[in-house]
Amino acid sequence: MSKVKSIVLDPIFNNNPIAYQILGICSALAVTSKLETSIVMSLAVIFVVSFSNLAVSLIRHHVASSIRILVEMTIIASLVIIADQIIKAFVYDISKQLSVYVGLIITNCIIMGRAEAFALKNPPLLSFMDGIGNGLGYTFVLLFVGFFRELFGAGKLLGYTIFPVNTEGGWYVPNGLFLLSSSAFILIGLLIWAIRTWKPEQIEEE
Amino acid sequence: MSNESTKKMMFVALGVCLVCSVLVSTAAVSLHARQQRNKELDKIKNILIAGDLYEKGVDSEQIFKEKVEPLHIDLSTGAILDENEVPDKLSVTKFNIKDISEDPDYGQFIEKDKDIARINRMPGVMLVYVIKSDDKIDKYILPIYGKGLWSTLYGFIALDSDLETIQGITFYEHGETPGLGGEVDNPNWKEIWVGKKAFNEQGNVAITVIKGQVDPTSPKAKYQVDGLSGSTLTTRGLDAMVKFWFGESGYGPFIKNKKSEKGESNEQS
Amino acid sequence: MLEYYLSLFIKSVFIENMALTFFLGMCTFLAVSKRVETAVGLGIAVVVVQAITVPVNNLIYHSILEKGALSWAGLPDVDLTFLGLITYIGVIASMVQILEMTLDKFFPKLYNALGIFLPLITVNCAILGGSLFMVERNYNFPESVVFGVGSGAGFALAIIALAGIREKMKYSNVPPALRGLGITFITTGLMAIAFMLFSGIQL
Repeated sequence: MSKVKSIVLDPIFNNNPIAYQILGICSALAVTSKLETSIVMSLAVIFVVSFSNLAVSLIRHHVASSIRILVEMTIIASLVIIADQIIKAFVYDISKQLSVYVGLIITNCIIMGRAEAFALKNPPLLSFMDGIGNGLGYTFVLLFVGFFRELFGAGKLLGYTIFPVNTEGGWYVPNGLFLLSSSAFILIGLLIWAIRTWKPEQIEEE
Repeated sequence: MSNESTKKMMFVALGVCLVCSVLVSTAAVSLHARQQRNKELDKIKNILIAGDLYEKGVDSEQIFKEKVEPLHIDLSTGAILDENEVPDKLSVTKFNIKDISEDPDYGQFIEKDKDIARINRMPGVMLVYVIKSDDKIDKYILPIYGKGLWSTLYGFIALDSDLETIQGITFYEHGETPGLGGEVDNPNWKEIWVGKKAFNEQGNVAITVIKGQVDPTSPKAKYQVDGLSGSTLTTRGLDAMVKFWFGESGYGPFIKNKKSEKGESNEQS
Repeated sequence: MLEYYLSLFIKSVFIENMALTFFLGMCTFLAVSKRVETAVGLGIAVVVVQAITVPVNNLIYHSILEKGALSWAGLPDVDLTFLGLITYIGVIASMVQILEMTLDKFFPKLYNALGIFLPLITVNCAILGGSLFMVERNYNFPESVVFGVGSGAGFALAIIALAGIREKMKYSNVPPALRGLGITFITTGLMAIAFMLFSGIQL
């Protein structure tokens, strides 16, 4: 049981896909200008990476090395299409905001990365949990960035006004920089600084 | 059987493809009806939002049936088609801008120097909507579309019965960056459009989406709309789009006709 | 004519830079920029792959996938655009595979220098993004070639620049916890802001 626990919890702070493995960056920049889109994107990624890990693990003993990347891509692409269909059917408004980026989950390196690094060598249940763990690690970074970008960029969280914005009669002048993707880079850099100060074992040697 | 044997590889590959295709098709087919319904409702909702008739909690379809009337217009001549003579492909239930643009009979190609909205093709006949109250036309709801940064934006712009003042705008489909170009969905930005003039005194297209914020003291302010911060390319796309659709290649001829009709009826009364 | 292609090229390299304007291909961008030497290797590989896949995908799109494309086969109503995504990825994966084999046979030195980065290009969103943009903007064949070379060159330029900065930073006193990945993120953010200067240029 504790092995499962460490598989799920490790990728959140110790082995975070974005902050340590350098995977899944593109979407972390693009969809985090609002907290709402960050949440939906995170859920979609958790769904795809856990089920993809599960599927790859189930057939790992039967797939020849020469076709394995194509097989992985087929599985990942199918799961993303299913996730996209579900989003379009049940939360149509948000699907309009996420449109391009849900498709881009197919090229999200986290999913391919975990399939290669973990699911090919481990049993199905553990692979599924590894998927959930990495999905949660990804979610943590996305929520962090999304929280600050929406709060300082628009004075809102989930659409609700926290700092009344000056164009709506309030005192807060929104910091436009946070609306740009470049701010996400800087926020993630600061987050990494914080994580590595807390856990010095992640510090890179000269 | 070794994994590397050709037979096994084919078997595994086919097996994976089969399972994936079944799952994907099941999801797509079973959710299709629901998604279509969402799309239609969303379009109706957006027509009402542009026309300032949308109310949260009230049945949009009901309001649409009562107050909105469809109108088919031939864009190049500006003539209104008789609703009874509209071909099936262009009927209200079937009309789809993307399909009609590609249609060999009803769609047309736009020359590159005229195609400022970068849409390449457009319908020759457009389905527009009018909002009537007491049998008089209150507003025209005109579909517009054009290229942004990542995607083509599809929306409606509402024109007052004076055929000059913009009364609303909304986009029901686009793939622009959330928080940046995606702010076309922000109600506060949409509010800016209300009351702006599309044409100047000489009757030329004057509406402009500028980079940055409009100076309210400038004499040009009534023709200008603030751009979206952080989204230069989406803003340029919006500017090109409204200029195109209010111009000669878009609703220009239709608006000119309507204006001269009004002019005649004003002289008579 | 030449002016048009030249401005398209300049646009793809600077104004619409894949890495710093659209933020595509970030994982490779951040991971491979430790040393200028490896960055140059990856840059060249990206230019080559992009210069081949974008025009090839263009041909496939216009002759097979597009609505009405199959009229030469007597099937004018068929619209296969939904197969787009999977076709482009297939083409990219195959091109990378072929390039790998070609380099191994004819340019072994370059092949060894590139090492693992060649196969990594398959999952690079900048490459797929290039093909998707080409479809979205409806480029013809010559435009696709220029765009392919240009967008690849833009990515190469960005990654080599970042590698240069990172090598120089080895001599500065970066706090331990910020060293490496942390400061790279912040540097990239600043580079992206700097590249925004190009967005004011209208070509």
